[in-house]
Amino acid sequence: MTDVSLPRREPFALRFPSVMVFVAILALFTVGVTILSEGFGIGVISTSFVKTLGKTLCLCLVALAMDLVWGYCGILSLGHMAFFGLGGYAIGMWLMYARTEIIVLESLAAAPLPPTPQEVSDGIASQIFGVVGASEFPPIWAFAHSLPLQLLAVVLVPGLLALVFGWLAFRSRVTGVYLSILTQAMTLALSLHLFQNDSGLRGNNGLSGLQNLPGQSDVSQDIVSLWFFWGSALALGLGYLLCAWIVSGKFGSVIRAIRDDEARVRFLGYPVEAFKLAIFTVTAVIAGIAGALYYPQAGIINPAELAPIASIYLAVWVAIGGRGRLYGAVIGAAFVSLVSTWFTGGQAPDINLGFYTISWVDWWTVLLGLSFVCVTLYAPKGIGGLVDILIDRKGPNRHGADLGPDQGALREQEADK
Amino acid sequence: MLRFATLFLTWLSLSGPAMAQQADAPIQRLLQTHSDVLLESSRRTIGPAVDALANSGLPEAQVVLDKWQNKEMWVDEETGLFVYAEEIDRDTLRIYDFADGTEIGEVPDDAFDQLKPNSGIRGLIATALVQFQLSDPDPDTRRRALDAIERGAEESHLAALRVSLPNETDDTIRARKDRLERLLTIRYGETDAERITAIQSFGGDLSVDVRAALNPLLAVRVEAADALPDAPDIGRVLQPGSEALPRDEAYELLVGADLAKPRISREDQRNALVANISDGQVAGVQVATLDSQAARDMAYAALAEQGTVTAVATEAEVDDRLASHVFYERYIGAPPEVVAAAQLALQAIENKVHVNQAIDLGLDALSLASIYFLAAIGLAITFGVMGVINMAHGEFIMMGAYTGYVVQLFIPDYTLSIIVAIPLAFAVTFGAGVAMERLVIRWLYHRPLETLLATFGISIALQQLAKNIFGTQARPLTAPDWLDGSLVINDIVSISYIRIAIFVLALLFLALFLFVMNRTRLGLEVRAVTQNPRMAASMGINPDKINMLTFGFGSGIAGIAGVAIGLYAKVTSEMGSDYIVQSFMTVVVGGVGNIWGTLLGATMVGSLQKGIEWLNPSNTLAAQTYMILFIILFIQFRPKGIIALKGRAAEA
Amino acid sequence: MSMKFLSSAAAAALVASTLPAFAQDVSCPIKVGVLHSLSGTMAISETTLKDTMEMLVDIQNDKGGLLGCELEAVVVDPASDWPLFAEKARELLTVQNVDVIFGAWTSVSRKSALPVLEELNGLMFYPVQYEGEESSKNVFYTGAAPNQQAIPATDYFLEELGVEKFALLGTDYVYPRTTNNILEAYLKDKGIAEEDIFVNYTPFSHSDWSKIVADVVALGADGKKVGVISTINGDANIGFYKELAAAGISADDIPVVAFSVGEEELSGLDTTNLVGHLAAWNYFQSADTEANEEWVASWKERMGDDRVTNDPMEAHYIGFNMWVNAVTEAGTTDVDAVRTAMYGQEFPNLTGGTSVMLPNHHLAKPVLIGEITEDGQFDIISQTEEVPGDAWTDFLPESAVLKSDWAELGCGMYNTDTSTCVQIKSNY
Repeated sequence: MTDVSLPRREPFALRFPSVMVFVAILALFTVGVTILSEGFGIGVISTSFVKTLGKTLCLCLVALAMDLVWGYCGILSLGHMAFFGLGGYAIGMWLMYARTEIIVLESLAAAPLPPTPQEVSDGIASQIFGVVGASEFPPIWAFAHSLPLQLLAVVLVPGLLALVFGWLAFRSRVTGVYLSILTQAMTLALSLHLFQNDSGLRGNNGLSGLQNLPGQSDVSQDIVSLWFFWGSALALGLGYLLCAWIVSGKFGSVIRAIRDDEARVRFLGYPVEAFKLAIFTVTAVIAGIAGALYYPQAGIINPAELAPIASIYLAVWVAIGGRGRLYGAVIGAAFVSLVSTWFTGGQAPDINLGFYTISWVDWWTVLLGLSFVCVTLYAPKGIGGLVDILIDRKGPNRHGADLGPDQGALREQEADK
Repeated sequence: MLRFATLFLTWLSLSGPAMAQQADAPIQRLLQTHSDVLLESSRRTIGPAVDALANSGLPEAQVVLDKWQNKEMWVDEETGLFVYAEEIDRDTLRIYDFADGTEIGEVPDDAFDQLKPNSGIRGLIATALVQFQLSDPDPDTRRRALDAIERGAEESHLAALRVSLPNETDDTIRARKDRLERLLTIRYGETDAERITAIQSFGGDLSVDVRAALNPLLAVRVEAADALPDAPDIGRVLQPGSEALPRDEAYELLVGADLAKPRISREDQRNALVANISDGQVAGVQVATLDSQAARDMAYAALAEQGTVTAVATEAEVDDRLASHVFYERYIGAPPEVVAAAQLALQAIENKVHVNQAIDLGLDALSLASIYFLAAIGLAITFGVMGVINMAHGEFIMMGAYTGYVVQLFIPDYTLSIIVAIPLAFAVTFGAGVAMERLVIRWLYHRPLETLLATFGISIALQQLAKNIFGTQARPLTAPDWLDGSLVINDIVSISYIRIAIFVLALLFLALFLFVMNRTRLGLEVRAVTQNPRMAASMGINPDKINMLTFGFGSGIAGIAGVAIGLYAKVTSEMGSDYIVQSFMTVVVGGVGNIWGTLLGATMVGSLQKGIEWLNPSNTLAAQTYMILFIILFIQFRPKGIIALKGRAAEA
Repeated sequence: MSMKFLSSAAAAALVASTLPAFAQDVSCPIKVGVLHSLSGTMAISETTLKDTMEMLVDIQNDKGGLLGCELEAVVVDPASDWPLFAEKARELLTVQNVDVIFGAWTSVSRKSALPVLEELNGLMFYPVQYEGEESSKNVFYTGAAPNQQAIPATDYFLEELGVEKFALLGTDYVYPRTTNNILEAYLKDKGIAEEDIFVNYTPFSHSDWSKIVADVVALGADGKKVGVISTINGDANIGFYKELAAAGISADDIPVVAFSVGEEELSGLDTTNLVGHLAAWNYFQSADTEANEEWVASWKERMGDDRVTNDPMEAHYIGFNMWVNAVTEAGTTDVDAVRTAMYGQEFPNLTGGTSVMLPNHHLAKPVLIGEITEDGQFDIISQTEEVPGDAWTDFLPESAVLKSDWAELGCGMYNTDTSTCVQIKSNY
């Protein structure tokens, strides 16, 4: 115990130099992109690439959340992209509603009679739902007119879902792979539900045109993309600080202990379920916020975004980046998603083997899958492990990093003897 | 140039053999009188032509109808004469004269247009042909005539059937004729008594055609009146606002019968107001204040008082009118006595229909359960027995299916190819499973979460690999003829043979699994290794080898399941991912490590899904959603599944 | 037909060779963006269209290019990932600076690209039959609107086959939903009672069809002729048709007309048990014209003998050639000039007759109904005159008051009731 309390005397920044390094790099990066952008700078980086970078920052943020819940607490959730998507849907509803409301009010202003509230609402509804053959607002849109309420929903909907789901799952002691499968089932059920037109969120079409901010139609996307880029960078910075703070204190020690041996922590008297529930819910909220920033940049959200595969990819990013360390998650998400964009974008040169031409559009997924197997087998620390080699750390320093979820498990050590 | 050449050719052909065609034969003249509608080829207008041919009394008419129905009738573009023809190759026809069936010659098809009767017209022709065919010596022709009557009965068929019945020699055809005669009597019988007898003769018959004959007799029209009339043809009394008669519909009925004032739609009201705007006012109300429905109602009422627009009913008036009328159904399909008999007969049938529908639903559920079981059984071995999460399990199913497809490329005989494909699929996936176990999984036995991720990596790699090799297009995997069709018990309960085969296969696998695990040395060793690897090792069992074989066995079974699933559904690179989540849930719900649990799990998942589908037939997607939700909840309350392992095995 | 085809092409070439003198603002090469998924779930359908576009560009280059410039196809892969359609469209328009885009298949992918096209004033040709209810200034819809496929096919059911009871089966997404809504309204208009319309939606890649097929059979119990209108998409059709065949449902008893099943989809199936079932399109490979024979031959020569042609390919064929003619006429690839030149463009169909580009950005083209044959092709049994595409359907009350006319009114969503333009941009 004294070991743990000693470093507390040092300031936060000194104990976790990586946090400061990260924030500094992020700030530099943001300024750099702004200077190179089309909107405010010299136009070296195209607006579409600014959007890609902004989206990547959001993915880094959700990867952070994933790292917290998996890398630190050992809960392999295969459903965190569901929270990400819910955040996107929440903000998307307001964006669609508000933009459409402006259009409808403008067009009704020309009508001979002043519009009744019913007519305005019908007009908006048929504009939004006309495409899916409906013309009435489903109850789920009750708060769509209000930005503050929908912003609240960005936080509350994923948070509450995680709270309820987590409470049910943890209290009946569903752990390990069972929990993974259960979370996967959750996101599958959610995406299937959203796929239905009856869900009231436009089914397979989802919400689109989200890049157009209501009332800002004369602001060019060159500028809007930067706004969102800054927002994403800020959110990532704050998220990183929050996560670093969470894992630094006693709370962090307990969740790492839960990862390493849940039963012992329980016997020590800690309410394991409450800790797990807290971390599950907090990360769901972070994921929701990341999603709310991501989808206005992507322009469209639809149920396919919540499919189980998306959450599995999230785990892949964190694993490749190096779980159990926050910067690992960020590196993994940024690296894999950018490389993925590069390969599938057709920019990667094809390799001509003479008898067969390897076209990366076809073979990238195979490469990703296999490299993933290799990382799991040979480099469980992921890319982040390189940092260890760089600064040559020795010995198990449990502060914010290192051993994977199962490596510390006692049973395994015994079994190997 | 080209056109000139064809013209020249046509001329050649016409000047040659075509001269022989009899342009003034009676049948040709008849065809010429109806030439326009024949060429227009629409069911709406073709009736007279078909009737004229059928009733012409010309012996050639049957040939014309026959050829026409088979799309063998052609028309000469130049002369407008009709011939029938067979296509010798893409561009050449051998044409025949309708008048006497003589061959006219071989001609290029450019100068002729094919008449393509659509299936509606073909049906009419078939109906018209019935009279010629009912007593035809060829039983197949008679059967076709009966088919035609089943599809499009006419009043005239009743008499024709009655005539042909006594002379029928073939017993099965006679039975069909007799049945059809009774069905037609229900519809067209002259006296009520004979119709009622016919109705009663079908007591409890489940067939769709019987219900199809009875239901129209019960057709009703909803009417409204001040008081319920006392007549024998009155059916149910309906409450306005009930599901059978929504409030708006009921009021429409009153308006239509001039029993109430009309209401006005919002659009019409708005238009009426707009039409009466003067000086920024409507009936003295400022236009700017008309931004609520209440204000508009008031303005409209004011206009109505001025007499500018017609008064409309207020909600209170609507309620009042509805309350002061009674709504009822009147039978318009048949006389009351026939209706009563039909009602009685239908009631008996309906009860049986419900029972049979339940049975059919049960069969569907069973079939779905066996598909899930088949997909999950391999997983029950790798996950349930070994505790290895294999996300690539679905891809093993896919590999099995593609093996079947490749085998069919080389062995065109479907039966033989399936017989070859099944062991081959086992071999291929067994090999793949063993390779995967050796290369990846054995390093991760103590890290289940990482096994999950590594096998997922393999899964996406295999899926993309399949896309690269076989393309994204679905590939055909065709079942042999003896698996085509379905076992029809009656018109409600039926199940396709391929589903029965899958069911049998699932049972076989269950038996195989039980046999291997309980009766063979391998099974013993597997159980030993599962329970305590080190103890097993010290007893001389090689745990490495056992793990490898077990994993291969589980994968191999997935491969065979793939062939079966491919036969009944489709073969695509993504078929595996359709089954993976369901398979995991089947295993988890059933209880890990117990094959009976998996069986129960599959049964539960299958019947649950069918049950929800039955409750909400218009949305299959909702059924899947609710099923998953149910499973999530179920696992909360029985985390270890239906059959939970107890004791030591549970801790392993 | 062939003469006409050749002569119009020759005329185009002639005009092209004389015009460049005026066309100062064209930068060579002229870039044609191709925005079709080459990976992911939609690759199955869209890869064919990418190949079609490359073939069309090559053919045009063989004829001497356009405005004296070579054409260059810029192919990107949005990977069946809807947000990527917006991203790639932006990339095509701002980074690659393409002059026109041919692309998208699903409605959601079109809706994803739409805001970008409208923001950057791009030009896209969309080649697939779709649910209508849209008319963007920046998109030309060369596929069928509902009144060019669904409504004629329903008419055919009602009038030619005498169907009295309808089962509308569809995959649960926007095209079947909207189409079925329109059809429901239309059928009620035609006096079909609500209880005689059975609607069912299934997920993508659905494979367990036994209950649905049994439900459809059971519809016949009240003595009415049942017909199925299928908007089932993609590989789910395979299971559906297999179950249909297993249940022994003949096209004479319960005919099925499909809007999303073409030559390409049938190639994954054994069609012997499906003979006589129907599909409605604006094009079938079996169309007996010389232009089509030439087209099929050049396709097979390029792609292999076992490849088939289909309706969206013809849509690109018409769209591309119209665009070439419009550019030639305008003497520039400038989007606004080309758009103006597009209105009233005529081009011969592969199935005979002439397509016309209407001011609502839709084509007038004939509707064909074909019966499935044993060799996986369609026997064309009905071909209408050219039907003008209707952006806003007349059968839904909210849409009936809307019309689109970019040439005269300059508005794609014009409310004829209030005589105002609801909005210049589209609903996304």
